[in-house]
Amino acid sequence: MNAPAQSGDAHGLDDGLDTFPKLVRLNARRRPDKIAIREKDLGIWQSYTWSAYFEQARLIAQGLASLGFARGDRVAIIGDNRPQLYWAVMATQALGGVPVPIYQDSIEKEVEFVVDHAEARFAVVEDQEQVDKLLNVKARCPRLQHVVYDDPRGMRRYGDPCLMSLAELQELGKKFEAGHPNHFDDEMARGGADDVAIICYTSGTTGTPKGAMLSHRNLIVTARNAARFEGLGADEEILSYLPMAWVGDHIFSYAQAIITGFAINCPESAATVLHDLKEIAPTYFFGPPRIWESILTSVMVRVEDAVWVKRATVQLFLRLAQDIERRRLGRQPVALWQRLLYPLGNLLVYGPLKDNLGLRRVRRAYTAGEAIGPEIFLFFRGLGVNVKQLYGMTEASVFVTIQRDGDVRLDTVGTPITDVEIRLSEQGEVLFRSPGVFLGYAKNPEATRETLEDGWIHSGDAGFLGQDGHLKIIDRARDVGRLADGTLFAPKFLENKLKFSPYVREAVCVGQTRPWVTALVNIDLAAVGNWAERRNIAYTSYTDLAQKPEVYELIQREVERVNRSLAEDQALRGAQVRRFLILHKELDPDDQEITRTRKIRRGYIGQKYAPLIEALYSDRDHVPVEAKVTYEDGRAGTMRADVKIRDASVFAVPEAR
Amino acid sequence: MSQPAPARPLLEVDGVSVRFGALVAVNRVSLAIAPGEILAIIGPNGAGKTTLLNAISGFYHPYEGRIAFDSTDRTMLSPPDVAALGIARTFQNVALFKGMTVLDNIMTGRLLKMRGSFLLEALYWGPARRQELEHRAFVERIIDFLEIQAIRKTPAGRLPYGLQKRVELARALAAEPKLLLLDEPMAGMNVEEKEDMCRFVLDTNQEFGTTIALIEHDMGVVMDISDRVVVLDYGCKIADGAPEHIRKDQAVLDAYLGVAHD
Repeated sequence: MNAPAQSGDAHGLDDGLDTFPKLVRLNARRRPDKIAIREKDLGIWQSYTWSAYFEQARLIAQGLASLGFARGDRVAIIGDNRPQLYWAVMATQALGGVPVPIYQDSIEKEVEFVVDHAEARFAVVEDQEQVDKLLNVKARCPRLQHVVYDDPRGMRRYGDPCLMSLAELQELGKKFEAGHPNHFDDEMARGGADDVAIICYTSGTTGTPKGAMLSHRNLIVTARNAARFEGLGADEEILSYLPMAWVGDHIFSYAQAIITGFAINCPESAATVLHDLKEIAPTYFFGPPRIWESILTSVMVRVEDAVWVKRATVQLFLRLAQDIERRRLGRQPVALWQRLLYPLGNLLVYGPLKDNLGLRRVRRAYTAGEAIGPEIFLFFRGLGVNVKQLYGMTEASVFVTIQRDGDVRLDTVGTPITDVEIRLSEQGEVLFRSPGVFLGYAKNPEATRETLEDGWIHSGDAGFLGQDGHLKIIDRARDVGRLADGTLFAPKFLENKLKFSPYVREAVCVGQTRPWVTALVNIDLAAVGNWAERRNIAYTSYTDLAQKPEVYELIQREVERVNRSLAEDQALRGAQVRRFLILHKELDPDDQEITRTRKIRRGYIGQKYAPLIEALYSDRDHVPVEAKVTYEDGRAGTMRADVKIRDASVFAVPEAR
Repeated sequence: MSQPAPARPLLEVDGVSVRFGALVAVNRVSLAIAPGEILAIIGPNGAGKTTLLNAISGFYHPYEGRIAFDSTDRTMLSPPDVAALGIARTFQNVALFKGMTVLDNIMTGRLLKMRGSFLLEALYWGPARRQELEHRAFVERIIDFLEIQAIRKTPAGRLPYGLQKRVELARALAAEPKLLLLDEPMAGMNVEEKEDMCRFVLDTNQEFGTTIALIEHDMGVVMDISDRVVVLDYGCKIADGAPEHIRKDQAVLDAYLGVAHD
């Protein structure tokens, strides 16, 4: 823990500017009339300036102080992105307390866990929904004393003495201020860079949530480094629509907004986000892949509904844009006619489309969290939206790597930002060290020891660094294995690559302790069916279609496309798919082959399809199967099929460019 | 919430009958609604519930009896006059302007409050403009209150049924009524939509102090949200009291479950 603190010192955080409240105060002095937060309320965007931001937060702090707030007290913060809640975060920090944001859609049990574990004495929440949860868990969280709510609706008759509206709290604050004129300034002055600024509870796929403690220094240095790395200015606009409890929102909507002084915009409600996006037209935008996907889907649905002339035009130009972008990212030359056509497309399609989506002014946007499909990535980049990949973690105050402008790739997450060091463990796990590395997990030294070693974070992700310095994440470290000859084998990475093809619905890669990699593929019945119809290939059922030689040709091309891209990576070159088969039935949660959330159950599939897998490692070119299927009504039956096996070409070196 | 009607009721129905030819749909029904109360009117199909509501809102005029609102007799008023007095309603079958946006539909609820000349309105100038902005601001409060921001600009006809019902409630609230008549506000809704609607009805009562009379078939809803229940059967009032009392009333059980005639 000393190491990051020392490296942070090198950044010389000014004594007067080493916490967020102090930085907000600076904004309130330096740019008092610049807009800091907008919120769409009653159909209109209401704005608050930086001086209003600081004033409002100060009154909340005074109110909390009048209730006996002590340094180190934790404040649970629950609700949609609202100016009042961001102010409450600052108010808490100003008094030397620690805000603990909680996901607003958490069920009571989850709220109870965090409130209890964080030992929150106060809670500042949005509305009745959250108040009800807290009143129900209060009996089991004895430390919780005060619940402050912003929207009083529906609570006129609530009599619990712990309740108070935010307006009432601020009134108390005014009275308190009259009697204690120096309290607020004194408390703010006592705050320092190494105080805990926030505790973000990470859900995690296993076990109970862990509360990552980040200091002001962690957040200020990292947010500032990333802002400089990316050239952010005070004129940025962002839409704050992702949960406040998620570290990403805290970095973008709080830390970076305060450091650079840009404006954040709170949507009217969760249901209006895409509409508000259009009205705000942000210059800086973040979305996990599912958000990009849903925007793309909304476009495609409208294209399908358009008259044929428009539809044909849009599809033609979208294909052109994606083709150009693919070449650019692959450092391949773009044909002259394509370059000449692009401006026309911009006039007819790309410009209006971006305008309609609210992405016209975007200067930089990020996608992170999981792998994004290349089609989606190319779609937005083709339109001229500068979306880039980013790799980050709560424990690192988000930023680890970012793709620089002009150095964007389809399959990497970019290069380390300023002050971040990356190395790989012998097992191929990504380790990093940076000023953003967290203080540890609250009340969980054991988990902290597992994650943090000599200042290095063990990310749990397997990846490698390319010769160009780009980090590539391939899988969760615990899923990564080795082939018999010791070559790295990352099944999920390969499967994702296969699934990026519209014709592949599911794929299971086998290779652990085997001589080479093989794949069991599920075709996408809708996409391949459509493909077959256009080629006058008749079929009766999934099983029938799956075993058509033409379909095998199609999938073989997809597999070879993946192999070709694998060949470009030294570390993955050995893990190309040598043989594959198309399964005679779709993997189905009813048959326990995948989970309800469509995660592959490797162990079970390994057993169930053992004969197929053995055949993949023999020299046979087909294998008869008999499979048990469970029908929708629960009855079981058997089906027989003859499954073909194909070899796919493997590639030795990347093609010459 | 659960006090019985105090001295001066908001609405008094006194011995009201409604006839269609020889058919007596409502037969000498008397009831009173206290200010701030939520009254549920229940009864088997054809009991005369909607007819009674129509008589109160001026759609039908009673054959006999008297209806007083705010201590003033208004038995024979027409629907617009009733609305001007501060009584708004929703309908059993949704009655929205299907081609108009949700916002415009709700704005029509403000029509009675609008003053000014046709010309100024058309030019959107001076007092007309100021007035429009004031009304729009009020309507936005209702939109926020009923959480329908996302469909503000959607044509009403394109909305699912549950949302249409909510928009209808919004339009009724836009008139700032003292008394709100809801004709089966939860009919045809799923459990979640019903829960939302219950919350909106209770919140309306609390936030705006609106007195509410509603017809409802879902007994769970009735028992949960109403202060008092009136039961009609074959046009006659057969019970009137607190929900827990009505639940055990023999006459009510007979009306709903039927009685064996010896």
